[in-house]
Amino acid sequence: MAVSDQITPVATKAKKRRAFGEVPGLGAVAIAFMVFLYLPIIVLVIYSFNAGNIVMVWTGFSTDWYAKAFANADIRKAALNSLVVATSATAIATTCATLAALALARGGSFRGKGATVGIITLPLMVPEIVTAVAMLVFFSNLGLSLGLGNVILAHVTFCIPFAFMPIRARLDGMDTTLEQASRDLYASDWETFRLVTLPQLMPGVLAGAMLSFVISMDDFIITLMVAGAGDTTLPVYIYSMIRQGITPEINAVSSILLLFSIVLVTAYWFTTRTKPDGKNH
Amino acid sequence: MMANLPSSPALRRTLSLTPALGIIGIFMLIPVGIIAVFSFLEAKSFGGVVWSFSTDAYVQLLYERALDDSLILSPGYLIIIARSFLLAGIAMLCCLVVGFPVAYFISRQPLQHRNMWILLITIPFWTNQLVRTFAWIIILGRNGIIETPFHWLGILGSDDTLGLMYSNFAIAVGLTYTFIPLMVLPIYASLEKLDFTLVEAAADLYSSKWEAFTKVIIPLSKPGIIAGCLLVFIPSLGAFIQPDLLGGGKNMMLGTLVQFQFSTARNWPFGAAIAMILLAAVVAFLMIYARAARGQQKMELH
Repeated sequence: MAVSDQITPVATKAKKRRAFGEVPGLGAVAIAFMVFLYLPIIVLVIYSFNAGNIVMVWTGFSTDWYAKAFANADIRKAALNSLVVATSATAIATTCATLAALALARGGSFRGKGATVGIITLPLMVPEIVTAVAMLVFFSNLGLSLGLGNVILAHVTFCIPFAFMPIRARLDGMDTTLEQASRDLYASDWETFRLVTLPQLMPGVLAGAMLSFVISMDDFIITLMVAGAGDTTLPVYIYSMIRQGITPEINAVSSILLLFSIVLVTAYWFTTRTKPDGKNH
Repeated sequence: MMANLPSSPALRRTLSLTPALGIIGIFMLIPVGIIAVFSFLEAKSFGGVVWSFSTDAYVQLLYERALDDSLILSPGYLIIIARSFLLAGIAMLCCLVVGFPVAYFISRQPLQHRNMWILLITIPFWTNQLVRTFAWIIILGRNGIIETPFHWLGILGSDDTLGLMYSNFAIAVGLTYTFIPLMVLPIYASLEKLDFTLVEAAADLYSSKWEAFTKVIIPLSKPGIIAGCLLVFIPSLGAFIQPDLLGGGKNMMLGTLVQFQFSTARNWPFGAAIAMILLAAVVAFLMIYARAARGQQKMELH
């Protein structure tokens, strides 16, 4: 009875809201916006199939530039460096962020808690170019040259807040009664963490890891300043190619890089959406 | 696997905070601190610093040293600072003007469609910024997508160009394009939470659509608007990729100037001083935002 009572007013309300809230032409604006958002990506991909070696002049369809890009040893090296850096940075940053998020969400209140969160999210606030030159000066003054290690350390630093945020959000949204029940049933703290907290936290950890990975793969300016000559990542290599003039080969490499991110983000979106929410189990 | 966790909660907490705080402390806080110190030192030729206190780096922003060692006001760097604020402001306004209607449109869609729209807006944002920016060279550049029809129609001679590239205009387009998702998403978040019955109440009380918009919708979505403006303005102010690729050598912004000082000009204290000014501007904007957000919270509590 209560249900049918509610349905009618809500339905009429929805109708009425449409009438007043609708602004004509907004749909067109939204679609134009989407065109604006995707135009550069589409243009880039289309021109990567251009047969000629001048980007702007279309001479026919060809996949030669992809073959060339794959055959280019420097590109392969840069791509491999990117993957090594992103994988290591993601693993380290996600571990640090998980530990920190657990301490902040389950460690009770303590002095300097606000400042702690502030420091962890600091890399999000400081402009990238400032971070980049600061790290450059730091590494060069310290004489610390670990090759790719420098790049990994830099990436870990700015990936930590990206990994931290979804993990912390997940922890805050999690019900603590299961953890309490586990302790009541004489599980040790470690058992509780491993068998109760961690499995529930996993979607947050995966989200954090995936954000870190994408952020690390895409970073350019910090890597440009920190990386030594032989340690270029793919974005830095693409940048040096652009400086020498645009060729369809850059378009091909760039298209692959774009496709890689798009697949990752879309896959992530659909996996998180089909998973049941942590709040109701 | 068996592990003995430290029994004291305080010790355990400290231990698990140490890696994250240690890494950010060592590789971020200390380096930024070093930059702050360097901005007050003397420059060594070809990079590096001489350890003696000097405000030369900051003086250099405003003045040029003449041959007789007197200081002459020189607007060169002030123009770069002004351009940075101006272009960041323009990008912010463009994002707001385009982003608000889009966010509003999405918030009025059925739930299933809304998620699809948000995914479509998020995807480009997570793809490589450098690559997406360089694609604009193909669109705006000489013989690019925009110019080609003009050449076909004979409006432009084959050697003529519209001169869209390597200009402040191109930078503004690049900044707007790159950061606009950061405007749409927070405004959408505000609008989605907005209780639309309030707008209906305004309609029932004979308000016009415009009044309902300016007196109900805008004030209630203000947190999203402010957050969006900040999220676009701050990264635009320190942007490097857009002015570097689309602005050419002449149209520098703070980000490119800092990079130039550290890589090519090799005047570290001067580069550090500009970095400090950029950082100070960002901190100032964040503080204004924090204050505004706190005020908003208070309002909601009452």
